[in-house]
Amino acid sequence: MNKDTHSHTRLEIGKSHPRGDAADKAAGREKYAADHYPENVLWAGAVRAGIAHGRLLAVDVSQAIALPGVITILTAKDVKGSNRQGIIHKDMPVLVDDRILYCGDPVALVVAETKDILSRAIALVRFSTETLPAVFDPESAMAENAPLLHEAMPGNFLMQAEIRKGDAESEFSACDAVVEDEFSTPVQAHGFLETENGVAWQELDGKIVMIVSTQAPFRDRLEIGHAVGLPFGNIRMISPALGGGFGGKDGATVQCLLALAALHTEGRPVKMQWEREENMLAGYKRHACRMRYKLGAKKDGTLHAIHCNLVYDTGAYAHLGGEVMELGMEHAAGPYRVPHTLIEGKCVFTNNPVGGAMRAFGVCQATFAFESMMDMLADRLGMDRLAIRQKNALVEGDENCAGVRMITSTGIAGCLDILGDHPLWRSANNWKQECPPGRKRGIGLASVFNAAGYGGKVRDSAIAKVELSLDGRIIVHSAVTDMGQGNSCAFSQIAGHMLGQSPEFIELRQPDTATAYPSGSSSAGRTTYTFGNALIKACEDMKARLINRAGLLLFIDNDRDLALEPGKVTHGPSKRDVSFTQLASFMPHEDRVCISQFVAPVCEDIPDTAKGFFIAFPHIIFAYGAHLARIELDTATGVITVCDYLAATDGGGIINPSMFDQQIQGGVAQGLGYAMMEDFQIREGKPLTKDFTGYLIPGSLDLPDTISIPFLGHESTGPFGLKGVGEVAMNGPLPAVANAVHDACGVRIFHGPITAEKVLAAMNL
Amino acid sequence: MDIKFTLNGNSQSLSTEPDRRVIDLLREDLGLTGIKEGCGTGECGACTVLMDGETRLSCLTLAAQIDGRDITTIEGLQDMEEGIILQKAFEEQGAVQCGYCIPGMEMAALPLLTLHPNAARNDIKIALSGNLCRCTGYVKIVDAVEQAGREIAVKKEGL
Repeated sequence: MNKDTHSHTRLEIGKSHPRGDAADKAAGREKYAADHYPENVLWAGAVRAGIAHGRLLAVDVSQAIALPGVITILTAKDVKGSNRQGIIHKDMPVLVDDRILYCGDPVALVVAETKDILSRAIALVRFSTETLPAVFDPESAMAENAPLLHEAMPGNFLMQAEIRKGDAESEFSACDAVVEDEFSTPVQAHGFLETENGVAWQELDGKIVMIVSTQAPFRDRLEIGHAVGLPFGNIRMISPALGGGFGGKDGATVQCLLALAALHTEGRPVKMQWEREENMLAGYKRHACRMRYKLGAKKDGTLHAIHCNLVYDTGAYAHLGGEVMELGMEHAAGPYRVPHTLIEGKCVFTNNPVGGAMRAFGVCQATFAFESMMDMLADRLGMDRLAIRQKNALVEGDENCAGVRMITSTGIAGCLDILGDHPLWRSANNWKQECPPGRKRGIGLASVFNAAGYGGKVRDSAIAKVELSLDGRIIVHSAVTDMGQGNSCAFSQIAGHMLGQSPEFIELRQPDTATAYPSGSSSAGRTTYTFGNALIKACEDMKARLINRAGLLLFIDNDRDLALEPGKVTHGPSKRDVSFTQLASFMPHEDRVCISQFVAPVCEDIPDTAKGFFIAFPHIIFAYGAHLARIELDTATGVITVCDYLAATDGGGIINPSMFDQQIQGGVAQGLGYAMMEDFQIREGKPLTKDFTGYLIPGSLDLPDTISIPFLGHESTGPFGLKGVGEVAMNGPLPAVANAVHDACGVRIFHGPITAEKVLAAMNL
Repeated sequence: MDIKFTLNGNSQSLSTEPDRRVIDLLREDLGLTGIKEGCGTGECGACTVLMDGETRLSCLTLAAQIDGRDITTIEGLQDMEEGIILQKAFEEQGAVQCGYCIPGMEMAALPLLTLHPNAARNDIKIALSGNLCRCTGYVKIVDAVEQAGREIAVKKEGL
């Protein structure tokens, strides 16, 4: 272990300590779910429907089951529970019992001795279907007499909702300039490198134990228990480090299938890992979205009214589609003051792959439209593009577009100021003039924000547990998955800081439902915020307890002069100390554990602006950012090079500056992929982009060295003033690049991604 | 078939199917899970190993192809001075997030640094362009390879 370098360097908030997991990950020692191959392991795999809409008539497993090495083949009749999974709406079959609603629906589950036998057996399962008429886009799905996907959902609407503040419809007449247009964004794949996978086995007492690449180990138990008919208490979920998640591992992927398989293998462990093609077909995706926008302002640039209509294609099942749309709507008018807003949303079922959670959850779609509109409005009014954003930027005390009063830290204006003072902006005109022949240069801006937390009506809580181990170290029992964002490393840093410890005295345990406490999902920009707050309290309790117990051992009549140092408690005046190992041997187990809960604040003054929302409205804490892209366009080919990218971010206080930059640079990278190349293509419900050969994500040569600058704010409710920054940066690149392209050549692209073909075609019009 | 090869400096003999993928041989049969499978089609680079000092995608290499060859995996880096420097640089530069691509990145960077420790930033990006990372945006990964290159160059000049 390369721990020597950190010896006795106390962990402190605000320092760029190397991440606690970096050494193991860099040496290939970290064990991800995919790295578990228990002895005697069996392999499970799903037979996928391959048709977009139909009725499953019969499944014939006779040929497949005859193959030597096939253990069992399960169909819907083997599912003892509800056979329905889903986070909020339980509408997705573990195995199809009647209707097939998209190509990825599983019709049978095969368990075999080896991967090779498994793939041969999957190919030998026969099933017959009756094809039904299908709908592949929201417009046809909403049409009268369209085939209905879910009986209880008339019109194929998962959700229809509205935010109405003031009187937008009539107030456009009071505007001096009105711009109006239509935008769309494509489906995006998460593209995490570790595909959906896990291993599961049944213990002798009947309990199912699973090691799964999941963002929500505690909630998974509810989905699995409900779907396959197990008491929640009989399911133990272990969630090691994830090889990426970005939202795509929030909600059951392999979980229910694996649990079902493990119930039929007499204690033998079962492994399931989706291949990339299966991930592309059956994994959740970012919703495609069609947006109509109308935005009006006074002649000085003051925003006055907005009316927009957002239609999200949620695919075959609900997953979190309604909540994705709701969050998009809550952000639909940007981080600005707009007195009159009418925001309409429709989330529509189609026979496409399932839309679900993805970083910037419904928000990056609306941001593209809104930030493009801001530039269009600035042009109409002859205003500077930065000035119009600064003029309208929300400040504390303002109402946002959903009518929520901003009472938490609101740093968008500060982010815009950083951008305005930066050489990349100040030298913009010179840089453009120095453009080489055959090229055009442009600069684009975008203001972004992203809510943190689950929002109203859903308790957003975490319960932290810290423990003094018998070998004298502090164990932090993380209960929220680390999918790569480094929350667990932040937890080590918080515990080290609070307890005066160096890394070798802190042990971080990844979530295990047997030993940690329910703390919600790793998602929604709430992971470090919520669990971090709970952890601070648990560490305060631990500190007081260690000092108190050390005082007992040292026969000191008060705690005043006792202090924590790495691995021990010291008493300054007498120069005596007690090591953690000594302390631990003196303390019974329950005395060595501190547990504390934090519940995130909710809006106390909920505006009466939202109709049709189910849960998750409103949010009160937002991260903010101001982005700038400088691009160069090849006029012969339309190819865009992003030369420079700057992201100024208000994430409140910063626990670890290096990890803060990681989130921003990574979010921008995923955003630039979304902006310029990522386009998940579906034809009649079937993915055409089946792997990384067809679905291109940015490589090292496709991206600039993104500059991340923090706006040093402070969120008073956050741990050390922090707000989550995992999502906010994803929102900027698409509108920033669109605005830069317009600045370069006068062409505006309304439909993402902004590819060379689209730019060239638009320039030649 | 019986194959013999050198694995991280030690000779290895085993019997396997000639068409067994090297990634499965390493991860499942030999327990070397440091290299990862991200795509199975040679697009992501997470399964990169060195064969006779050059990068190879172990998901597209079959067991018969490594007979008689010298294979280095991420687990072998701790026995190489350049490997230790490289891993440390990844740790210190904050190049690691989820970490799934990192072993492959390091394997892709190693031959470059061995030959050209002073490689320019863009040459590093070219050397890593066959390896996908979804978390970092590559900035800190390239920083790490640069740092490692500087340190390796100093060591070489010192000899």
